[in-house]
Amino acid sequence: MTSLSDYSWRRNREGLGVWDHRGQVAVAGFGHSEIDRRWDGESMDRTVGAFSIQACQLAMDDAGVTPDQIDGVICCDSHIAGPSGGTAGRWAPRPYFDPPYDSEWGLTLVNGEWLVEQMGLTNVEFCPSGVPAIGEMLGLASQAIADGRCTTCLVIYPTGNLAGRYRRGGENAEDYAKGNRQWTVPWGNHGGNDFINAFPHQQYCHRYGGTHDDMAPFVVNQNRNGLLTPWGFNATHDIPQLTVEDYVSSRYILKPLRLWDCDRPVNASGAYLFTTAERARDMKQPPVYILNHNQHSAGTRSTQAVLDEIEAETDRLARMMFEGSGLSADEVDIFNPYDGYSTMTQFWLEAFQWHGVKRGDAFAFYADDIRVEGPHPFSSSGGNLGTGRLRTAMWTDSIEQLRGSAGPRQVTVRAETAIAGFGPPLGGGWIAFGKYPN
Amino acid sequence: MPKVIPVPDELSKPFWDAVNERRLVIQNCTSCDLLQYPPRETCGKCRSAENLEWKEVSGKGYVSSAIVIEDGRLDRRRPDQPYNLALVHLDEDPGINFYSNLPGTPVDEVPVGAAVEIVFEEVAPGQFIHEWRVVSE
Repeated sequence: MTSLSDYSWRRNREGLGVWDHRGQVAVAGFGHSEIDRRWDGESMDRTVGAFSIQACQLAMDDAGVTPDQIDGVICCDSHIAGPSGGTAGRWAPRPYFDPPYDSEWGLTLVNGEWLVEQMGLTNVEFCPSGVPAIGEMLGLASQAIADGRCTTCLVIYPTGNLAGRYRRGGENAEDYAKGNRQWTVPWGNHGGNDFINAFPHQQYCHRYGGTHDDMAPFVVNQNRNGLLTPWGFNATHDIPQLTVEDYVSSRYILKPLRLWDCDRPVNASGAYLFTTAERARDMKQPPVYILNHNQHSAGTRSTQAVLDEIEAETDRLARMMFEGSGLSADEVDIFNPYDGYSTMTQFWLEAFQWHGVKRGDAFAFYADDIRVEGPHPFSSSGGNLGTGRLRTAMWTDSIEQLRGSAGPRQVTVRAETAIAGFGPPLGGGWIAFGKYPN
Repeated sequence: MPKVIPVPDELSKPFWDAVNERRLVIQNCTSCDLLQYPPRETCGKCRSAENLEWKEVSGKGYVSSAIVIEDGRLDRRRPDQPYNLALVHLDEDPGINFYSNLPGTPVDEVPVGAAVEIVFEEVAPGQFIHEWRVVSE
């Protein structure tokens, strides 16, 4: 297994032009595992490892490929909902079990190497470690196929959740703040997308008018789309449809951020089958082509990102995605930005000017008809808010809409192109999809 | 109630030493004439470390926005909940911002746009942090 240390594959600046491999890579399959709120710590058939194998099998079945055809495995290996995410999220006190369960691999951790061994994928030639989160990971997969590093690649995003762990314990339980935390934690900012976006969101309301309750139609619609997504947490756990009244009366987490502005951490896994456009045409499903991928990031000048910085960076992202895909704003049919806190989504909506939405227009747009059967089917995936914190809904829905297989979520407007993304507004990974390669 | 205690490191020690003397100093690149906070190894603009110095600033600013922490994740701060978390911008350079709990301001009554001035709060014996208080009209 090679460690991912070369990031030259990233498309992260303006002026790169249309992606050289536009339309030459395709998604041929996807699979979503069963989904639990948390791993119970005992059921070995419901670990994040078991769920990842399940998702991979479903993705291969969807595409109609067999394990011997897989020559690439790309799996994000930083996926446990621990104290602060990332590597710190790997906090998992041992021991859980007696040997042979002497490792977290397969229980609370998954990586490509583990999957290759467990699934007997003997023909894998490309299986990097240090794989980034899902937005960048899908870009990595796109470029790996384009560059010929593999031809038939499983791309896996596990999301683990354990009782009592989600952002609890670890350094959040310490009395001292070290490193970068010395500038935030003494005043109560534990770090994360909730804080990153809460202040710009407040500045947004102040600058453009409106109140946080204007988010209600969007959050309620995300919940509705989630209930139309059969593999999602809400649909599989009889979660009732959220109402505006539920939303505006729900408790605050970081006022004005409410409970229902936050996604629900889950224990599950999702997988995609990436391949060349040429091979995809002979597979089971109609190919969905990759038109562009982008990995962007920007720093903040001071302690906290402010609205001006977020608007500038999301504008830059939109320009890069349009440039690389060759699409213009009015040619994007399906738009699935990230919603792993509702308060970040308007920044992307306005940056991409989807359906003509300009800066400051998001709340009015949310109050319009954004249902999937309506004229402005925004975030038809339901996102994390509607399906759980899997970070897969945006991509899967884009693929399904372009295939025409989204079932009750199928939009009634044209569905030939899609853009989906993940990340906090100052960084992340994005993909443009096409029903056609050109 | 107790706050989480900052641990100075090699880069930040001059800053915290000044705070412990009840002074606010900010990194300044003399080449770019640019303040930066939190401190960094190099200037965010010219990427050079050679012209970074510590500059004492007025300790006056204003509030641009605020939230209320109702259900945060820091064990040590949970007894304080709910409490204000405001974003304060420095008068000399509004691009420089700081967090503040705005001591003396009732919860959820933060006056956005109000002028603030620096105060210092002892969070451990001999260790202060910089806080901000709304200036009365």
